[in-house]
Amino acid sequence: MSGSFDAVVIGASAGAVEALSKILPQLPMDYALPILIVVHMPPDKKSVLAEVMQEKCKIKVREAEDKDRLEAGCVYFAPPDYHMLIEAEKTISLTVEEQVMFSRPSIDVMFESAADIFGEKLLGILLTGANADGAAGLRRVMDEGGRGIVQSPDEAFARAMPDAGLKACPEAVSLNLEQIVAYLLKEVRR
Amino acid sequence: MPHKVEDIEIRLLLEALFQTYHYDFRGYSMASIKRRLTQARIHYGCKSFSQLQDKILHDASVLPGLMSYLTVQVSELFRDPHYFKAVREKVVPHLKTYPSLKIWVAGCSSGEELYSFAILFREEEIFERTMFYATDINPDALQRAKAGVYELNRMQLFSNNYQQAGGKGSLSDYYTAAYGAATFDKSLRERVVFSDHSLVTDQVFGEMNFISCRNVLIYFDRDLQNRVIGLFNDSLPRKGFLGLGSKETLRFTEHAGAFEDFAREDKIYQKRGVLQ
Repeated sequence: MSGSFDAVVIGASAGAVEALSKILPQLPMDYALPILIVVHMPPDKKSVLAEVMQEKCKIKVREAEDKDRLEAGCVYFAPPDYHMLIEAEKTISLTVEEQVMFSRPSIDVMFESAADIFGEKLLGILLTGANADGAAGLRRVMDEGGRGIVQSPDEAFARAMPDAGLKACPEAVSLNLEQIVAYLLKEVRR
Repeated sequence: MPHKVEDIEIRLLLEALFQTYHYDFRGYSMASIKRRLTQARIHYGCKSFSQLQDKILHDASVLPGLMSYLTVQVSELFRDPHYFKAVREKVVPHLKTYPSLKIWVAGCSSGEELYSFAILFREEEIFERTMFYATDINPDALQRAKAGVYELNRMQLFSNNYQQAGGKGSLSDYYTAAYGAATFDKSLRERVVFSDHSLVTDQVFGEMNFISCRNVLIYFDRDLQNRVIGLFNDSLPRKGFLGLGSKETLRFTEHAGAFEDFAREDKIYQKRGVLQ
């Protein structure tokens, strides 16, 4: 089923910036898929994550706004203090519903929503983090027929999140960051 | 295709809700409504959305509970302090030039934003010339807004927000604390009309100088957003102000041309002085 994805979703927490800095700058400007990312952040601050990443990247990087239409070759970060959901029309919805596992944005919420829309055409990637958010979401991605990748816990800055991901999804592939980049470049093309 | 069935069931349920109780969620963004209806379905022990629909149609007592699932009620006093700072520093000087003012907090939920405005206007000495309209579709939320009672453990956050928003005193000047609850001074709501008003089905009810509607439009689909912004446009005189949530934008609506950025970062718009 290689090359048959419509979107990539990524979740990360502690150590996220370093991990993403090793992945996103490797992707070409004309990358074939939209990439949706939830990183845990303090709710009361404006995030500069998208701006910082954009400086390092060839692909477009932005903080999602409500009703943004998903475009190939564009990275969308969930804004602090909002959940990010995906609509059937391939647009983004933001909400301020209750925190899930003390988080807003929540990785689980975004993954579950994307799984509902993209089904088997979704690639879910869970990276470093110090809690278990994302495990249930990745489970849902795989239950809907999508592919799951978990960063190798031994390599991760914080292993709780990838450990929980692999526990919930034993059939997910465990890769280090270099392999994840290779996967994104090779398996996922236009 | 289990998904398709689920989506059909949800559409039918929302239609049933509208036809039976005249609450219209049919134009809401699907992803969020689906998530919240799933929570409600599990809460009511229903195996499918069709079962939940059956319950809604035949048992009116589930309605208040269901409404608390369908309407998102998460807010804070002075949520996004920089928004209120911008209102205080940039909008208020304009408002002070008017002899009387009407402010509409649309989708006021349990009242946190309304009290924020009342306090800010009192400190800026324009409270006495202002009528506040606080509207929502959820009767329980409106009752809580009228009561102005919040859990005491939220006051630390509210106080921090108030200070960051440029508060001139201490938030505790405006409430009394007892038995784990903070009750806001009733004089803050003596110039407030609380009313059941639906942005989806109801019409213009007055000419407003400032409409604040934050994190409400995000739950609507594009068509419904167009309707609501049109309603705001019709409710504002030229040079009237519209404040939206930090991630909401007029960019995707057909009324974008009727407004210009006033405080861009804070999503405060001003209706254009001359029609374009």
